[in-house]
Amino acid sequence: MALPKLKADATEARLATLELPIGGWTDTARREALARVQAMGLPARRDEYWKYTRPDTLVAPETPEAQVYEMDEQLLFDEVDRLCLVFVDGVFDAEASDEIAGEGLEITRLAEVAGADIHWAQGLYGTLEAAGQVPVPRTLAALNTAFATDGVLIRVTGKVEKPILLRYFHRATTSDAMLHHVIKLEPGAQMTLLENGPAAARFNKVMEVEVANGATFHHVRAQGRDHQRRAATHIFARLGAESVFKSFTSTANGVLTRNEVVVEFTGDDAVAHVAGACVGDGDFLHDDTVFITHDAVGCESRQVFKKVLRNGATGVFQGKILVKAGAQKTDGYQLSQSLLLDDDSQFYAKPELEIYADDVACSHGSTSGAIDETGLFYLRSRGVPEGLATDLLTLAFLAEAVQEIEDERLQECINTRLSEWLERRRG
Amino acid sequence: MLEIKNLHVKLEEEDKQILNGVNLTVEAGKVHAIMGPNGSGKSTLSYVLSGRDGYEVTEGSATLEGEDLLAMEVEERAAAGMFLAFQYPVEIPGVGNMTFLRTAVNAQRKARGQEEMSATEFLKVVREKAKTLKIDADMLKRPVNVGFSGGEKKRNEILQMAMLEPKMCILDETDSGLDVDAMKLVSDGVNALRDEGRGFLVITHYQRLLDHIKPDVVHIMANGRIIKTGGPELALEVEHNGYADILAETA
Ligand SMILES: Nc1ncnc2c1ncn2[C@@H]1O[C@H](COP(=O)(O)OP(=O)(O)O)[C@@H](O)[C@H]1O
Ligand SMILES: [Mg+2]
Repeated sequence: MALPKLKADATEARLATLELPIGGWTDTARREALARVQAMGLPARRDEYWKYTRPDTLVAPETPEAQVYEMDEQLLFDEVDRLCLVFVDGVFDAEASDEIAGEGLEITRLAEVAGADIHWAQGLYGTLEAAGQVPVPRTLAALNTAFATDGVLIRVTGKVEKPILLRYFHRATTSDAMLHHVIKLEPGAQMTLLENGPAAARFNKVMEVEVANGATFHHVRAQGRDHQRRAATHIFARLGAESVFKSFTSTANGVLTRNEVVVEFTGDDAVAHVAGACVGDGDFLHDDTVFITHDAVGCESRQVFKKVLRNGATGVFQGKILVKAGAQKTDGYQLSQSLLLDDDSQFYAKPELEIYADDVACSHGSTSGAIDETGLFYLRSRGVPEGLATDLLTLAFLAEAVQEIEDERLQECINTRLSEWLERRRG
Repeated sequence: MLEIKNLHVKLEEEDKQILNGVNLTVEAGKVHAIMGPNGSGKSTLSYVLSGRDGYEVTEGSATLEGEDLLAMEVEERAAAGMFLAFQYPVEIPGVGNMTFLRTAVNAQRKARGQEEMSATEFLKVVREKAKTLKIDADMLKRPVNVGFSGGEKKRNEILQMAMLEPKMCILDETDSGLDVDAMKLVSDGVNALRDEGRGFLVITHYQRLLDHIKPDVVHIMANGRIIKTGGPELALEVEHNGYADILAETA
């Protein structure tokens, strides 16, 4: 089926600016991904899946400028004992990175090993992304598989104690970065992945995660503060029996962010929690798009997304739980809420349940509201000034999402960031 | 301490007059009680004094130690020494009780130009006061009033009062929903705070509370007005005969 002309033209215009890396073990995956991009076309304004978020600047041949934000605070996760890899505008910075080695841990960079003929990641690279293209195209992710210049490939066979931190700096006003990570947790393995930073003026990131039977993957991400940066990120996760996948994202600022998470349960009794807390002020659009497929028995999925919006900021949530026939005893929960701090801000939510099994418990709730006036009066009547009281209530609103982070130290890091963000606005 | 003169209050949103010229003076060191039928305006008076939205003062004044209360923001009134123990304490999910207390104590200290209380000092004081009110560590950790029983909420109000050490304490039906033991805990908490420099205004329907917290003056409120003022014996009269006689004699 041919693409509409506008879409085909826009796709070709974007492809003309990129060069397909050739050779090595990713070669086939990249060529197939390019074919997918050409067949599906890049997202356009009229696409149903992009109803609330305009993809124009994410697909444009030229990268829109994004001023570099001067850091005035301590780097996030600095107080946590972790191993760190640094990327600057998508380019690896060896000097700033730790030498990473650990028991039960294998890490290489995509750019380092792409020329090799074989690699353990060969069966995964682009595979989970390709599987996630049905029933809705996620063409930006296919574009990433085809053209990613670097990324990390992590294979975990044991219980890795120290979190691994990927730190992304943004230093060039028109940088356009594409990173593609592949993470494989072998049966029973455990790891925590942290990510932080604005990454680039425009950032396209894909992370494919395979969590084998009985393995546990924790992910905590804080997207950077640069006001004008844009990001389209995808996480594709495939979960084996009795595995655990928990991913949390906090976002402060960024003119445009689209975070897609695609989870598929393939083994019984697994758990997936996906959560997000975002705070936006002014020219800010944040879109969480989640698609969870239950194709196994007794799995639990939980989505908790909270958005604080002010001065005309916009929040979008599209979340779907698909329960396939036979996926009995599914426990699916979805919550998306926004706190609108003024009348100019907006929240669009599209929660969806599609269920083909009869013995399941699924629920979803979506709300949009203002600060609780009664609570505010109560706090103020105890002498707490209005601004501080509002911040306390705002953090309380976000708490349910932040508490999805299992590690309390990491919770604390994120909470501190969020309260500092609020405090700066209080002046 | 607290001086209310000819206070007229209507609802902001509707054309409904609620207080029709309240006159009341609470002296430092004294306990005044207000009794009166439901809907007579007792809670409204307490809200207007603490600065809640939704009410409009159309006439009259209210001062705390000579300062115009009505011109102050809610938090300024608190820092000036005004405290209201709510008839219905508010639940605040997501805010820990301890965090709430520390934030409040330090905010008031800051507003008065005093130094903040250190975390250790605060912890010591709060534990001590919580203990006398039989508030355990778990209640201090939990979100403010969430999942608290009626009695726990009221005890929590008294704990806040004890921590904030206000000059003027208004208690709005603090006895409602309390069993005998809780009533004793709460009254002991209030009595412990009785002091030369502190005034109390206790709103209640029952003599029961006034057996524990002995009032110096008792007022009867009806239709947004104080219609009768007397000594402790007035409360006993209400206890025996209800409001009907008083209403009839002042009508
Ligand atoms: N915010 C409000 N909206 C509507 N009516 C109110 C409001 N506040 C008070 N009232 C009315 O004012 C009157 C006095 O109420 P209240 O002060 O609660 O009395 P009390 O505490 O003595 O029982 C009642 O008729 C009540 O319905
Ligand atoms: Mg009342």
